[in-house]
Amino acid sequence: MVEQSPIHLEVKDLTISYDDQPALSNVNLDIRKNEIFGIIGPAGSGKTSFLRILNRMDADVDNMSFTGTVSYNGTDLRTWRNLYSLRRRVGVVFPLPVGLPMSIYENVAFSPRIRGVRKKADLDVIVEKCLRRAALWDEVKDRLDALGSLLSGGQQQRLTIARALSQEPDLLLLDEFSIAVDPVTTMRIEDVLKELREELTIVLVTNLVQQCRRLADRSAFFLQGECVEVGNTEDFFTGEVKDQRTRDYVEGRFG
Amino acid sequence: MGAMTIVLIIPVILVLTMLVIRGAPAISWAFLVEDPINGMTAGGIFPALFGTICIVLVALFASVPVGVAAAVYLSEYAPDNWFTRIINLAIINLAGVPSIVHALFGVGAFVLFFDFGTSILAASLTLAVMTLPVVIVSTRESLQAVPQAYREACMSMGATKWQTIYRVVLPNAVTGILTGIILEVSRTAGETAPIMFTGAAFFLPFLPQSVYDQTMALSLHLFVVATQVPNVPYNLPYGVALVLIGIVLVMNSVSIAFRIYLRGRRKW
Repeated sequence: MVEQSPIHLEVKDLTISYDDQPALSNVNLDIRKNEIFGIIGPAGSGKTSFLRILNRMDADVDNMSFTGTVSYNGTDLRTWRNLYSLRRRVGVVFPLPVGLPMSIYENVAFSPRIRGVRKKADLDVIVEKCLRRAALWDEVKDRLDALGSLLSGGQQQRLTIARALSQEPDLLLLDEFSIAVDPVTTMRIEDVLKELREELTIVLVTNLVQQCRRLADRSAFFLQGECVEVGNTEDFFTGEVKDQRTRDYVEGRFG
Repeated sequence: MGAMTIVLIIPVILVLTMLVIRGAPAISWAFLVEDPINGMTAGGIFPALFGTICIVLVALFASVPVGVAAAVYLSEYAPDNWFTRIINLAIINLAGVPSIVHALFGVGAFVLFFDFGTSILAASLTLAVMTLPVVIVSTRESLQAVPQAYREACMSMGATKWQTIYRVVLPNAVTGILTGIILEVSRTAGETAPIMFTGAAFFLPFLPQSVYDQTMALSLHLFVVATQVPNVPYNLPYGVALVLIGIVLVMNSVSIAFRIYLRGRRKW
């Protein structure tokens, strides 16, 4: 079923460099609408760099550049004139929760505000909706004016998910979201992601291969700046791999 | 460590104690609100007090916007190239220029070239140029102390660079910026040389009517009553010095109170 949905992101011959030193080379893959696409690989393999290209953060990082093409719904990202409108459609969740130093309410209302939502009533609706979708509303509804950074780590991570959702994205990038989150909260967030898949496309970078297996429809394995393999996630675990290194990694023989 | 701290504090305490003991007898309400009389050997210091406040405020209005804007540019926008490095070098050098040289610059630029005459405006602008490095350096450092992750998180939400700076970076840096302004106020109020030739008058028992007028100033008045005028009562110069220190402390307290207020409003 997922195989038949249209292509959301098409990556061709992508090479990402920092100061002309390649960090990730020759990536070719498609990410389809409404799938969860997993990216696994050891640290330093280029996973985060890949995500940064998808919302064109390279434009604001002085030493970062890329070659090749990334198409978003068929439009080349390089030809996207207004990067801000692109980034508003792409939600990002970082490894360590970056609660902006504002109240819980303001964290979620920030993005709607900068895209021009002014009315308090409208903002209230958006904030409640996003916090509910991130499974955080019940815990914070009585203290929306409290500082976001006073929440626990797991709550903060759900707050950043709510914040990402407040952008009304159609693509959600998650970068090792569970690194600072306890297992119970991780499972709650995973349930949230499964529901969100109905509405948007998710790219999930993780170094927990079992998490990738639980969530991702298809996956890519990155190793030392190389995209080793792209395929159905289940195949990675049943041994139907094209490259021996993929099997070694998911079975924990290195990395 | 403890001994070093005491070594640092002892001179401060000695100076303050001496000022209070010798200066307090000279201070009264009349001393603060009356004009000097009898060749400045009696009466009050009101014109000088008022003049110093004017000079400091005008200098702040000039240097804070320019300094903060320059720091935002250097910290957030400027690429790291030879041009930026030259600017940084220039700022450090500006901080090292003796104040009397700033005074001559002020005479040349503001008094003569811009034709402001010897006036509050010229004196304040001279002081503003002199204290600009303090504002720039302290602002830049507090901007750079804001975690990069905040900027990236904010930009990844589709905020423009300016929205990121305005909504996230500056609010986080405001306490550091205020610290720089406190330092600037203290220095501005106390400097004598830069205002001597640009706007401060030896004796002028009128209040300035606009920024184009000359004014008396506490620092110069202290110099005058301490060294230039005969038959000044023993306690008078100490009283002037005590008021000058008092002004600096009051302005600093206002900044600190404002800082606490801002911090409290943001709840962290």
